[in-house]
Amino acid sequence: MTNSEKNRLKDKAFQVFGVFCTFIGLVVLAIFLIDIVIEGIARIDWDFLTSLPSRRAASAGILTAWAGTIWILILSALIAFPLGIAAGVYLEEYAKKTKLSNFLEINIANLAGVPSIIYGLLGLELFVRFMKLGGSLLAGALTLSLLILPIIIVTTREAIRAVPRTIRDGSFALGASKWQTVWYQVLPSSFGGILTGVILALSRAVGEAAPLIVIGALAYVPFVPSSPMDEFTVLPIQIFNWTSRPQAAFLTNAAAAIIILLLITFLLNGVAVYLRHRQQKKIKW
Amino acid sequence: MRVQEKIIESLLWLSAAITILITISIVWVLLSESVLFFSEVSLVRFLTEKEWTPLFADKKFGILPLVAGTFLTTVIAIAVALPIGLTIAIYLNEYAHARFKTYIKPLLEVLATIPTVVYGFFALTVVTPFLQSFIPGLAGFNALSAGIVMGIMIIPMISSLSEDAISAVPRSLREAAYGMGSTRLQTAFGVMVPAASSGILVSVILAISRAVGETMIVAIAAGQQPRLTLNPFVPIETITTYIVQVSLGDVPHGSLEYRTIFAAGMTLFVFTFILNNLSFWIKKKYQEKYD
Repeated sequence: MTNSEKNRLKDKAFQVFGVFCTFIGLVVLAIFLIDIVIEGIARIDWDFLTSLPSRRAASAGILTAWAGTIWILILSALIAFPLGIAAGVYLEEYAKKTKLSNFLEINIANLAGVPSIIYGLLGLELFVRFMKLGGSLLAGALTLSLLILPIIIVTTREAIRAVPRTIRDGSFALGASKWQTVWYQVLPSSFGGILTGVILALSRAVGEAAPLIVIGALAYVPFVPSSPMDEFTVLPIQIFNWTSRPQAAFLTNAAAAIIILLLITFLLNGVAVYLRHRQQKKIKW
Repeated sequence: MRVQEKIIESLLWLSAAITILITISIVWVLLSESVLFFSEVSLVRFLTEKEWTPLFADKKFGILPLVAGTFLTTVIAIAVALPIGLTIAIYLNEYAHARFKTYIKPLLEVLATIPTVVYGFFALTVVTPFLQSFIPGLAGFNALSAGIVMGIMIIPMISSLSEDAISAVPRSLREAAYGMGSTRLQTAFGVMVPAASSGILVSVILAISRAVGETMIVAIAAGQQPRLTLNPFVPIETITTYIVQVSLGDVPHGSLEYRTIFAAGMTLFVFTFILNNLSFWIKKKYQEKYD
């Protein structure tokens, strides 16, 4: 075999390996999802969705868990959405290229890299102890809001940056002020992108268990929370709790709860992808 | 009108400034509780003792076993994610059709959107029994299974960041390599990967930082036994798992046991802070400029 033939063979071999690597992760994911569906789907019925937690696996349900997850989702959105967009708008439209704005940028990148469990420790001291919110929904939502704030800021900035300079110039030329330009031109045309980022950030928050465990969210909550000051549990914590028990029946419960959690996560991601797609189609600068 | 504009600008500025406040709060919270911890337990004991048993009667406060556990799971995760992720990046750039790339990338991203507690369930109930079928003596909780699953989770992180780095290398370099008669493989490893090395390194460092801070997978599948070992077959405990373990228990606020989670958290924060800033620094310093 000549040298060139050998090289071609190696080239082909790597191509096969490349296909293998590209699909191995997806194949594992597929095996995993099928395994969970087989194990958990039979457990899902109306009772499972509407029952309170119980010490007996057969009668335990996820009512409080998914109610808690929805509460957390809405509260976190209410807190992080305006804050993140405002910060993103400031950094992209107002901030001058000073040392301070440079520092702000590095700081946000750093916050995005802080492990979620550290946010839990922050929430424990700041919201649970210092602000005396206890292990309440509000404390949990505030903690998760801080966690997803950097993601929202970064995606807001990217969306705003995609709006061409000419739109702003046109607005200014018609006599609009800075804020009028931002409010009536920049934000509406970048809103699809911003919303996509916010929804992706929320889907991250929905899957988080660690920071909420640290702030003291309980695994066993025998009532559906009715106000932001109530104690709560969420689906990931319920899943963690059931997974750490030795009895097989609880693992089945965990698999069933995972199906519900994944449905919520995929739904949020699907909406985000759809919005991004629609935005790309609609607007051609 | 003027006044209104000013007020709005200040409000926006305030929102941005809150991020600095968050950083200060994190550092303050970790420091203030850690200082109280280190007033009772010397830093020397913390760094040199070989056991971590703050919840037992015979208390030992050596962080090393937790660091070893974190190190072990991280190394396994990177050993899985780096070869696969980098190969995907090269394959998508040098071999695959552009159409294939646009379909496969979002699919790979799905791996990163699955909640980590779900991965933990997978590691414990599927991967560990599977590994036990051919590794005799593998414990029910072990670093290997948790590390492998964590590796699968961070594949898209390495593949997509490395892919960005490789595709940022100008066409002319690739074409020059082809012009010299290189195969795609030779072009990839001889030209593209070296040219994109700083970007690839950044992706690996960020992946390490992510693995170090990962909590639920290791809390579920790697065990809760702090152990100064690099044996991947036995139960261990990571820094993050310890924090979860204490949070689930009934440790009174203000006690020494309570403060241990902040000392552990401080250690974790220092690690990830160094890794993150190292990656920013490399990105800034070594990014090749092609014009």
